[in-house]
Amino acid sequence: MRTSSASTAEEVRGGDEILLAFTRALRAGGVPVTQDRTHDFLAAAALLGADDPTAVRAAGRSTLCAAPDDLARFDQVFEAFFNARHGPPRPRPVVRPESSAEQLPIDDNEGEQADEADDVIRAAASPTEVLRHRDVASLTAAEKQRLATMFATLDPRPPLRRTARHQRWHRGQVDASRTLRESLRRMGEPAEIAWRRRAQKPRRVVLLVDVSGSMSSYADALLRLAHRLTQGIGSVETFTIGTRVTHVTRAMRTRDAERALVAAGDTVPDWSGGTRLGETLQFFLDRWGQRGMARGAVVVVFSDGWERGDAAVLAEQMGRLRRIAHRVVWVNPHRGKDGYEAVQTGVLAVLPFCDHFVAGHSLATYADLVEVLADA
Amino acid sequence: MTSPAEVAGLLGRTGYLCDDELATVTYLALAMQRPLLLEGEPGTGKTALAEGLAEALDLPLVRLQCYEGIDASQALYDWDFPRQILHLRALEASGGAGAEEAEKSLYDERFLLARPVLAALQQSPAILLVDEVDRADDEFEAFLLEVLSTWQVSIPELGTVKAATPPIVVLTSNRTRELHDALKRRCLYHWIEHPGLERELQIVRSRAPEVSEALGRQVVGVVQDLRTRDLTKPPGVAETLDWARALHHLGTADLDLESAATTLGALVKYREDSDRVKQALDQLLRT
Repeated sequence: MRTSSASTAEEVRGGDEILLAFTRALRAGGVPVTQDRTHDFLAAAALLGADDPTAVRAAGRSTLCAAPDDLARFDQVFEAFFNARHGPPRPRPVVRPESSAEQLPIDDNEGEQADEADDVIRAAASPTEVLRHRDVASLTAAEKQRLATMFATLDPRPPLRRTARHQRWHRGQVDASRTLRESLRRMGEPAEIAWRRRAQKPRRVVLLVDVSGSMSSYADALLRLAHRLTQGIGSVETFTIGTRVTHVTRAMRTRDAERALVAAGDTVPDWSGGTRLGETLQFFLDRWGQRGMARGAVVVVFSDGWERGDAAVLAEQMGRLRRIAHRVVWVNPHRGKDGYEAVQTGVLAVLPFCDHFVAGHSLATYADLVEVLADA
Repeated sequence: MTSPAEVAGLLGRTGYLCDDELATVTYLALAMQRPLLLEGEPGTGKTALAEGLAEALDLPLVRLQCYEGIDASQALYDWDFPRQILHLRALEASGGAGAEEAEKSLYDERFLLARPVLAALQQSPAILLVDEVDRADDEFEAFLLEVLSTWQVSIPELGTVKAATPPIVVLTSNRTRELHDALKRRCLYHWIEHPGLERELQIVRSRAPEVSEALGRQVVGVVQDLRTRDLTKPPGVAETLDWARALHHLGTADLDLESAATTLGALVKYREDSDRVKQALDQLLRT
């Protein structure tokens, strides 16, 4: 009796161990599996029969996954783990944002030597102020590092919208239920009339960051900006666009900027690839935007408008975005440069649908963008 | 309920046809007493599952439609202030009770307006459908989380209302925003896909029995093809049913270009889409 119960216990433990190992593999595969979910998974598998592969699959899909992206990853890992013919899925090569390994001394001797004689005013300007206005793409690694810390000086304020909820106010509409509640406190004697007005709430901000080849020198700074906005405003959703659309909000919520950038680098599969703005925009709208993520939101697109695909598709999708979103802001890093003209087919296609078309190549222009966002 | 097949059978009898995976996750939700979180394209039958469950299990369905700015007084309970005041005045007129008793009688259960969540707890066993939870604010999610984990609501003036048996909870979301992880963790998750050809045909047969077999097959064939095309909003099952019924009302026995074009409004709701669909119909119906 005792031995038999012990042996069944052991068997069950054996089964559970395999399932536990699977949840480990799943976590490594990028699905955020937590302890209590694992517990549910084991319970569900036990209910459905842990010896049946389809049952285990169904149990796992319902208990361990929480989004469509998770389902796809789950299927991959499940295949690899239980039907390992091709071996485990290979992790994506880790692309880290440009590292600044060479610690150059922070000084600008060259500039001083050249300007000392003739340009007194230039020398008086603080190096920080100069750096604020420099084109991000032309910075050295050390300057980039200094600029990175300066992103903290940006002070983003969220755009606001009115909500269905009311708040107490000294004028506006009569707040009937509060007035009645007050009078109830006085045994039904009419009392002071309470007033209310519509409350305000931060409006959602959606950032679409182009990480294709032509934008690669700005991608790092733009993601830093996205991180700063996410930390400062809260209701910010960030996507990278290129040949694909990647949702990187989770990475951007990491408090530490460096870690957030590394996490984003790990999730984005198409760094410095081509640009098919029209198609990626369509994918974004189909999958997220139309359902409501872009609805009534302030949508900011960071791109130079170099479109490899059909500009007509891009125009059509921008039209769709314009109809859904509250405001559309287009940030073009080349806009603030001398001699810039909006001639790229992509830019020409989107201009009629943008509320704001602003520059985005230096920290100073990002500060302007923050103002545009707050007023949107 | 002892197996997913039994759940599928019960739901099938009410006219809700589900695939194995959905039947399995529904069975798990019932067996593990966990809320069921359904996501998927609009029109794939998320809300209908809760209605089907209520009918199959013969339980009352309590529906909480979420919207922006919804708060506890709209989801839980509220006091009926005008009636309380009337009650007070009536007491005064009759010169009845003393102050203390008057106050006590004010916070009686008859002045309590039970909103959906409280109603579901009071009526339990019941089905609580929290529809489009992604529309509510995230503060509301935290509140929902509390109720879903303790199955009780405390009313300061009255005491705690606790469900004898936890209600069966179905949450639906259109993914307009990502729900909080804490809420997701409490729930079993399922993503509902559009049904395949045969399944959709069965659904049309059971939900719109007045539509002839031949017409139903044509309609479903066209809709299935349209979903593979590049549309702003691919038609869901609800649209298929609407379209089939619309054609039936017009006395169409055989789907042709003219009847299809005039009833297109039941199927696609975007101007760009109707242009594309008209072109596609040309090809589809000619062959």
